[in-house]
Amino acid sequence: MKKIICILLALVLVIAVFATGCAENETEETEEEAEEEIFSAETLEYYAGLGLEGTTLNVYNWGEYIDDEEIDVISQFERLTGCEVNYTTFESNENMYSKLSGGGVSYDIIIPSDYMIERLIKEGMLVELDYDNIPNYDKYFDKEDYGYFVDDEINGHTIEDYGIIYNVGTTILIYNTDYIKEKPDSWSILWDEQYKGKVLMFNNPRDSFAIAQAMLGQDFNSESIEDWDAAANLLLEQRQKVKPTYVMDEIFNLMESGDYYLGVYYAGDFELMKSDLEEKGKDFLDYAFPKEGVNTFYDAMCIPNSTQNKKGAEAFINFMLEPEVALANAEYIYYATANKAVIENEDYSLAESEAVYPPEELIANAQQFHDISSENLQYMSTLWMKVKGTSGSGVLYIVFFSCIAAVVVVIIITALKKKRMKKYYNI
Amino acid sequence: MKRSSLAQKIINAPYILWAALFVIAPLIMVLYYALTDSTGAFSLDSVKQIGDYGGTFILSISYGAVATLISLVIAYPFAYFLAHTKANFQRMSVMLVMLPMWMSFLIRTYSWITILGESGVINSALGKIGIGPLPLLNNGGAVILGMVYNFLPYMILPLYTIMAKMDVRLIEAAQDLGCGKLQVIRKVVFPLSVPGIASGITMVFVPCVSTFYITQKLGGGQVNLIGDVIEAQFQTANNYNLGAALSLVLMVMILICLGVLNYFTDSDDEVNGGVLV
Repeated sequence: MKKIICILLALVLVIAVFATGCAENETEETEEEAEEEIFSAETLEYYAGLGLEGTTLNVYNWGEYIDDEEIDVISQFERLTGCEVNYTTFESNENMYSKLSGGGVSYDIIIPSDYMIERLIKEGMLVELDYDNIPNYDKYFDKEDYGYFVDDEINGHTIEDYGIIYNVGTTILIYNTDYIKEKPDSWSILWDEQYKGKVLMFNNPRDSFAIAQAMLGQDFNSESIEDWDAAANLLLEQRQKVKPTYVMDEIFNLMESGDYYLGVYYAGDFELMKSDLEEKGKDFLDYAFPKEGVNTFYDAMCIPNSTQNKKGAEAFINFMLEPEVALANAEYIYYATANKAVIENEDYSLAESEAVYPPEELIANAQQFHDISSENLQYMSTLWMKVKGTSGSGVLYIVFFSCIAAVVVVIIITALKKKRMKKYYNI
Repeated sequence: MKRSSLAQKIINAPYILWAALFVIAPLIMVLYYALTDSTGAFSLDSVKQIGDYGGTFILSISYGAVATLISLVIAYPFAYFLAHTKANFQRMSVMLVMLPMWMSFLIRTYSWITILGESGVINSALGKIGIGPLPLLNNGGAVILGMVYNFLPYMILPLYTIMAKMDVRLIEAAQDLGCGKLQVIRKVVFPLSVPGIASGITMVFVPCVSTFYITQKLGGGQVNLIGDVIEAQFQTANNYNLGAALSLVLMVMILICLGVLNYFTDSDDEVNGGVLV
């Protein structure tokens, strides 16, 4: 009897799941039918005529770094070109680099940041873009405001030869107005002992060091060991004084919970947190650009030399520059876009945000990251381990070694016992 | 030793192939990276750097030992009493022990952040009666809690199995011969359960020592164990050689710890099985 009831219940459950699944499918279909075409006939024709039908494209991007709600960029690209996209994500430049340089993988599009692009160019891991296949670049890229990013020359080429800027941004100091009444003007507030345990720092060496380097007035790309040592000491002092929590994307939950007073992250993410809070009817976060200077960065779309579908990759870059796509992305990511069509669009909700588009005087001392030598990179990561390393280890050592001593004593005692037992039984 | 027949060889082949590909080959790669530099030439530089991380190794082993001990103290009485309940209740309880393992380890750990946080479940309850907020998150205690929470089932299951299989007649014999309740546990149950304890300790201690996710989420970067250092070498520093050297030393250290454990559990030469090295 019991069994029969069980089976019946299971059946009901399965049927229910199927029924709701079908219902959802139906609504989706009707929604799709009702959807208006967002692209112009010319655009549709252009992408259909590229002959990408049946090819595949491997896109490797940061997590949460493309619109998948408003127009769903990837599936739109697939629809327009007939090309199949494999989309995967990474969580740090270094992560991406390890995967790319390890070999065995093939990507057609990657979107790394400034210093990593320089490194990839130096190591010959990127291929030059063919601008004939990216007509949208001249039409929509904001060269006046963002051109200076791509002027640097490496191996006789500018960055422009290899990548097109997707987004730009800065680091930013975020604070909780419930606890900090006055707008801070310096990074040194992160060293203030009265905020012990309430500070969130980057769990990423380059960004954390940049804050200490800004306070010391150093070049973010210093090649001097003494500079890095001094910055590491400053970070160590911070760790001892305020015990900051080292986080990356967890900062969203933690800052929005109101448990932390100060945090550092990327400017666009501040707007994202603020809008998350607004949905809940709360408003207690504000931002500041410390006077010592922030880091300005850009992420650019590049094609690695392992590409199997360069034409498809260029079509994808071109597609990302389409005004409709760029707007959806900008509204989703909240970072500053380098696309003129978006900035000039009246519907664009972030155009007025000074956190995302700071006027120059606000970020006067801003610096960019460049590729630093691999010796220094390794040195920096060793220092970072030291900053985050063990603390209060004196007591620990005593406890640990007394435990080991105890174990040794017990071993000796049991060994002696065994011997005695053996003797006893032998006799 | 009997020579195995062809049929036996064929049956064994898939696992031997599996072990060669996914156990032996990776170990050789770890050894190779540990003893070379970034150009692939033989070098002991990475091994020499290990000295800098001595404190981290000690900290990791201490955390692992504490978490294992707590798990054992919780699991042992639970397993003992569970083994002496009705069969139906036993089945249900074992399922409840395993139930959390059906969900992702990452999600379960992450959810502790919302439980322990300052506006979390515990602190808001405490706040209502006028206590706190207590700093429950981002410290060593939270890391130990995470370890115990995640790996406790691996301690309970082997203990429960061995206690459920224990020959009741031995206990009855001890009682007949005049043992008190405590004496039965001390002289009969405990010695018989040693293999279960040993495999429980192995299965909890090893993942505790090498974890990095728990320390990052619940320790908030305040507790940096060897797993974090190794992870950073592969993920951010791109220094495979040091990462491999550290992994190698970690493996050797765990092996030593388990060797010591084996030494104790082997004391009754007859009792065998259970310890996984």
